[in-house]
Amino acid sequence: MSFKKEPCNYSLTNSPGISIPALMNYLAIACVVTILGYTGLQSPLAYGDPTADRQAMRALYQKRFPDIPVEAHKDGVYAFDQDAREQWLELEDFPPYEIAIDEGEELFNTALADGASYSDCFGDGAVKGQYPYFDENRSEVITLELAINDCRSQHDDQPLAYNGPEIARVAAYIAFLSRDQIIAVAEPTSPAALAAYNDGKRFYSSRKGQLNFACSSCHVQLAGKRLRSERLSASLGHVTHWPAYRLKWQDVGSLHRRFARCNQQVRAEPFAQQSPEYRNLEYFLTYIANGLPLNGPAIRK
Amino acid sequence: MKIAFTVLLTIAAMISYSVMAEEPLEQTSPIANPLEQGKAIAFDRSVGNCLACHMIDDGELPGNSGPPLLQMKLRFPDREVLRAQVWDATVRNPNTVMPPYGKHKILNDKELDLVVDYLLSL
Ligand code: HEC
Ligand code: HEC
Repeated sequence: MSFKKEPCNYSLTNSPGISIPALMNYLAIACVVTILGYTGLQSPLAYGDPTADRQAMRALYQKRFPDIPVEAHKDGVYAFDQDAREQWLELEDFPPYEIAIDEGEELFNTALADGASYSDCFGDGAVKGQYPYFDENRSEVITLELAINDCRSQHDDQPLAYNGPEIARVAAYIAFLSRDQIIAVAEPTSPAALAAYNDGKRFYSSRKGQLNFACSSCHVQLAGKRLRSERLSASLGHVTHWPAYRLKWQDVGSLHRRFARCNQQVRAEPFAQQSPEYRNLEYFLTYIANGLPLNGPAIRK
Repeated sequence: MKIAFTVLLTIAAMISYSVMAEEPLEQTSPIANPLEQGKAIAFDRSVGNCLACHMIDDGELPGNSGPPLLQMKLRFPDREVLRAQVWDATVRNPNTVMPPYGKHKILNDKELDLVVDYLLSL
């Protein structure tokens, strides 16, 4: 990949008769992205320094949106727009995910096959902040969902389907108990952990599908902009609030389910929930989000 | 609680949105005028969906991810340059977010020409 600076050179001199502030604004943004974030994410040279990535991401959004503290991106698109935010807060007053949390609590307290319960694995349940992490022995990323099924198999029980309703309910209860924990994924340092991190990072910035978008096209380059009337949220807040209740789903669903939707949107093949690809992606995105508070479950459109 | 739920469901029904091309082509009567055809291709979510990013003409709820498309003849005195931009925008700008409509066969040659002619009428 070469890093031509076309967006910056793309000057208004070849656009006679047009002087539209929005256009200039847009071009200025393209420049910032090229320099700070987007190509940085794509550059092979940048691989292997998660701390630098995280700082670059925070700096990018801070520079693009000086009035929005980076932590505020935990509320996704509602960090950008006061009107939409108020409507959203009204919805959050009567959260439709309450039922899922209650059902999750019930499942959490139900005995597993050998008579043990989830609390034998997760204590009081306020553990979301510990995931995902890189397990050096297994040499893979362990997410909360994976740990839930590990717990079940340790206690002789069947795994839950990752795309089924039950696991999202257990995870919703755990997310609720874990609210306000600060994301603090350990820095990937071993070669295997770095490889998983870099895999997620590469996924994030690789163009896919007939429509040829990378995740970063929409959530870094175009963050804060609109596709039709749909605002695009910033990557920094992508992992804070899962499982989320999507009005479109009429249910709580996982982060990986959302990943799959975004893949399909650009006519790319989605991966399975909890596939290594999506777990590495979650690992990268969560590391980048270190320092943000957890606020799941949350409502999203 | 019950009221809140009804409200929610209503809102949910109202916003079954879709950003990129998911919805079936609207069943409209066949359009004869080529410029109208080009316009329809540019506007339709499941075909060109240029409105996702560009303000164009009287298109409703345009996005703002790309520059407004206007005065196209002035901007693109050479039709081929414009066609090349829609065919594969990454040639001019490798980092562009604009989909390569021709190269990735999102539009076929005929559709692409109809869109280009429509743009030149703006
Ligand atoms: C064509 C544009 C586009 C691309 C490409 C895209 N997304 Fe999205 N994504 C959206 C839109 C639109 C939404 C809904 C509005 C929002 O929250 O940004 C969304 C929402 C999300 C959310 C939920 C945000 C929240 O606050 O709940 C996550 C997480 C996400 N995308 C991750 C990804 C990942 C990972 C990829 C790449 C595999 C990706 N997206 C690619 C358009 C895109
Ligand atoms: C996902 C966003 C997106 C979509 C969808 C999109 N474009 Fe673009 N388009 C852009 C961006 C961004 C630019 C700015 C130039 C660049 O990125 O290099 C652009 C630039 C252009 C230009 C050049 C404008 C100028 O004045 O230089 C034309 C013409 C154009 N687009 C036509 C189209 C047409 C026709 C379609 C649909 C068939 C379309 N675009 C769909 C994002 C998009």
